[in-house]
Amino acid sequence: MSWKFGYAKIMGQRDEIIKASLGIDYSQYATGRLAFDYERLLADTGYTIDQVRAVQSRAAVGDTPLLELENITALVRAGAQPGKGARIFVKDEAANPSGSFKDRRAALAVCEAKNRGHVGVAAATSGNFGAAVASQAARAGLRCIVVQEAFDSQGIAQPEIAEKTRACEAYGAEVIRVSVGPELFYVFLCVLQESGYFNASLYTPYSILGIETLGDELARQVRRQCGRFPDLVIATHAGGGNLTGTARGLEQAGARETEVVAASVDLAGLHMASDHDFNRKSFTTGHTGFSMPFTTWPDRADVPRNAARPLRYMDRFVTVTQGEVFYITQVLAELEGLERGPAGNTSLAAAFAIARELDQDQIIVVQETEYTGAGKHPLAQLNLAKQLGIEVRRGDPRDNRPGRKIVIPEHPSQLAVVDIDLDHVRHSYLHNAIESLDEDARLSGVDIEFLAAETRSSQDYVQEVIDEMC
Amino acid sequence: MTEFVTQGSWVEIQNIILDVGERAAQVPQDTRQVPLELRIKGFLVAAAALGDEAEIETPTGRRLRGKLTTANPAYTHTFGSPIPELSTIGGEVRAILREQGRIR
Repeated sequence: MSWKFGYAKIMGQRDEIIKASLGIDYSQYATGRLAFDYERLLADTGYTIDQVRAVQSRAAVGDTPLLELENITALVRAGAQPGKGARIFVKDEAANPSGSFKDRRAALAVCEAKNRGHVGVAAATSGNFGAAVASQAARAGLRCIVVQEAFDSQGIAQPEIAEKTRACEAYGAEVIRVSVGPELFYVFLCVLQESGYFNASLYTPYSILGIETLGDELARQVRRQCGRFPDLVIATHAGGGNLTGTARGLEQAGARETEVVAASVDLAGLHMASDHDFNRKSFTTGHTGFSMPFTTWPDRADVPRNAARPLRYMDRFVTVTQGEVFYITQVLAELEGLERGPAGNTSLAAAFAIARELDQDQIIVVQETEYTGAGKHPLAQLNLAKQLGIEVRRGDPRDNRPGRKIVIPEHPSQLAVVDIDLDHVRHSYLHNAIESLDEDARLSGVDIEFLAAETRSSQDYVQEVIDEMC
Repeated sequence: MTEFVTQGSWVEIQNIILDVGERAAQVPQDTRQVPLELRIKGFLVAAAALGDEAEIETPTGRRLRGKLTTANPAYTHTFGSPIPELSTIGGEVRAILREQGRIR
């Protein structure tokens, strides 16, 4: 196989390559200039939530423990007003075979690939999803290729991604590691075309349906344990699949009053395609480098219409600093005896701050944990940060500066969340939507209705914002 | 003296996919100035010297060619030394819980 297919040529063929590797004709769902039938896209997969549960059960996936963090709740209450300090629970998704909730997505994608007679699956991901797909492929007897953005021009591998490389290789997958840059997508297209494997993308309907069981499970578990649904569920937010699937799952369980909160690590100021910045962030996912672009324009992924549409489902969007996540990771280990990875701890940091403001009988669920180990651990990340000249110290978390300073709180009372103005986000989304149209395109009523659903607003709101822009 | 790696060894090869000047239009300045590099591991199809072009068979059975960079490439990611800024946190929060009477 030669890599020199030609960048322009392959990128020009992207739609056909993706269509061949996924078997979904997205054009049939279009209902307007911008509008498409989102629910039909998901329903046409033919999987009900019970069928997804059955697939996952056979794959040793799901049905994970819900753990109450009583010591952490006590720590919150020590610094809260009387009567305040909600109960914090965590859904231990690290209990899944490859150590994260991504197994739920991978189980469905691999099942689908096998049903269609593919000999293998391919995924473009530097994160847990790669290991999950490799693990599920191994169980299903399929081959697996994972394409990762893994190292910078100095050859320095991001330690968390190095651990993912190791895990994927341990499961028998072929791992292609690429240096920093969006052209990873070109490499992935070459792989899909050459191999004929199924595209196990994070953004297909299968990938989203796989997460619905997580939301459904946690709602039922809380109700069984506490007699009611959670008040708040916090999901770490990057590409939007986690939030979308969990929210849909909560709805399926009947938890319609549960507030869905997206949490991301704030990496403002760092450029995601910068060779220099690549290793100057201590988090590889669950951060604003993904969540801001994907919330304000989901259709930027490796499929034409993204099944992850987070702005439809989020009630609140908060950020936390790198330092606060490292702090709460240490607290979780030392007060609860749970050593877990950064993705879930991002939401736990947010939960700690938010719990302080809620009543003691209210219930917050941190929607995931992930495994940890060499490379993923705070020690690995902070040692690399120091090596690259980033200042690491204790202090006020508001002094965190992505790429330059990691400030770890000195006291639990300093943990806080920063709210992202959802109105501003909606404006950005609508701006992007208008920008995506041709000069002379007119929006129909169907489009306005679609945009209202996309932004969780109203047709009047959408019309008002668009009129302001034009 | 060239170091030959025996046939069947687990190795890593490297390719330059896009040279400087061939990078995508949207990449920032610093990324634009370096090539897009690819690394992949597999089993050496025929003995080759480090630095030479070689062919591997990957775990999926695909054959790929590239510059032979490493024999039996090690996983070097680790934990590293304890970070003093984390080491005292446990004691601090336990002290708070002790004050509350929650632990002894």
